[in-house]
Amino acid sequence: MPRPFHPEGAGQLSVTPSESVRRGAERELEMLESLLALGGLVLLRDSVEWEGRSLLKALIKKSAACGEQVHILGCEVSEEEFREGFDSHVNSRLVYHDLFRDPLNWSKTGEALPEGPLGALRAMCRRTNPGPVTIALDSLSWLLLHLPCTTLCQTLHALSHQDSCPGNSTPVEPVHVLGLLHEELHGPGPVGALSSLAQAEVTLSGAMGQASAHILYRRPRQRPTHQTQWFSILPDFSLDLQRGPPLELQRHADPHTPPVDPTTQLTFNLHLSKEEKEAKDSLTLPFQFSSEKQQALLRPGPSQATSRIFYEPDAYDDLDQEDPDDDLDV
Amino acid sequence: FSLWSGSIWRGKLTLLCDAKTDGSFLVHHFLSFYLKANCKVCFVALIQSFSHYNIVGQKLGVSLTTARERGQLVFLEGLKSSVDVFFRSQEEPHPLQFLREANTGNLQPLFEFVREALKPGDNAEAAWRCPVLLVDDLSVLLSLGVGAVAVLDFIHYCRATVCCELKGNIVTLVHDSGDAEDEENDVLLNGLSHQSHLILRAEGLATGFCRDVHGQLRILWRRPSQLTAQRDRSLTYQYKIQDKSVSFFAKGMSPAVL
Repeated sequence: MPRPFHPEGAGQLSVTPSESVRRGAERELEMLESLLALGGLVLLRDSVEWEGRSLLKALIKKSAACGEQVHILGCEVSEEEFREGFDSHVNSRLVYHDLFRDPLNWSKTGEALPEGPLGALRAMCRRTNPGPVTIALDSLSWLLLHLPCTTLCQTLHALSHQDSCPGNSTPVEPVHVLGLLHEELHGPGPVGALSSLAQAEVTLSGAMGQASAHILYRRPRQRPTHQTQWFSILPDFSLDLQRGPPLELQRHADPHTPPVDPTTQLTFNLHLSKEEKEAKDSLTLPFQFSSEKQQALLRPGPSQATSRIFYEPDAYDDLDQEDPDDDLDV
Repeated sequence: FSLWSGSIWRGKLTLLCDAKTDGSFLVHHFLSFYLKANCKVCFVALIQSFSHYNIVGQKLGVSLTTARERGQLVFLEGLKSSVDVFFRSQEEPHPLQFLREANTGNLQPLFEFVREALKPGDNAEAAWRCPVLLVDDLSVLLSLGVGAVAVLDFIHYCRATVCCELKGNIVTLVHDSGDAEDEENDVLLNGLSHQSHLILRAEGLATGFCRDVHGQLRILWRRPSQLTAQRDRSLTYQYKIQDKSVSFFAKGMSPAVL
């Protein structure tokens, strides 16, 4: 079943305080659906303080609810812990590839996935089902610490572009790849490389106990768009969208106060009347060289107001050029 | 702290970390706490000698010697057994085998030691409650040449075995280098933080040393499950270490200043 595409306007989605609950439910659909609408990689960047696995599970639940099969490459938590909180319908559509119990084959019992993490990742590239599929990588950080960055990026690219297989006559549904990345563990290079592969990037943060997601969409042939959404995740992994940042933050950022006019209450006059303006504009400046001035200088006439200095020396004034201040002790 | 005595607190990784102060009092607390709670404890002690922990344990009301003799405590004394590594033949695996290797591979021998120590034994040992792994501390492994990823893998395997399979707990201490810009240590600390259910962070006071308040303790709950309340995610207390206990109080409420 093709996924309905909600066209997003370019630019900011403003959040006003007067949204109704119905609109809120629509926006919940918009946020998760718009993240899942594009094929390709959705990168979830989390941190120690704001964890991203809950949002990953919310996206998985949404995918499963739309009838997709979800494959999870689980490296960081056990299958039991990952499935916790999902209802049976969602759990039945989940296939958990366990890289948690023995990823490096230390137990040597043959239970571990053969060929290690890279083999498991590559195996996901070979799809047998033509139906829509979501692949969740929990986590990309674990893979990045154990595989070379270039190999991981190449495999991720192959993973998200399975619909363009040569020699395949039937059109294949786009693959959704969800990757969880712990930002603090990696340098800017690998994070930048993964970010450039992503169609959508969600950075998790928050304030005062309320989580927020800053989403960057990179749709093909369109400008990248940003959106910030405050949310909380309920125990059954459905999303509860908040209308804005917590109240404390809202009080500080108020863009609607009008600017104050500083000239209203002065004891002196800063304004000019019409006549004063005219006189000011017609005034010639003393050092502005115009043709009249040039003529006046070339032909000094007797009626010019030249300035002269009249000096009457006092009786005791001694105009000594070499010692005008009379303070040399000679 | 009563949270940990309940039966719901099992299969969890608790990360202790200290920044600009000494967080070892937390290690002593957890050691004595779990021994008193009748748990089987495997203590990988890389920093101090057995007698040091024993002396502090006695002040807190437990005897490590007795616990070791009756099989409740498995104690790996890093300082003493590291010397043994060099005087053994190479075929015999030793938990601290990595000290001998030029290219430090992984900590698999250490993991095998832990798994062997905590595996459920025959009926005689069924008296103990959940198994507990205690490590003091992980930062020193970085100084000994082990890579951060290798230490993370070791804790990963310990989590898979001790927490998930045996439903036990892990408590481990890592130092926060702070401004010292130790990249490997930062990767270790952040990687462990993401794996942890609970982070206890002991910090020195921002204003410096004080006689009556030794530091502050930040408590952060991660990995919210169905059982933990969402709103109590983060708490901060200040503490004072006394001879036989540690007293905690809310910020600014030290009896010395009230």
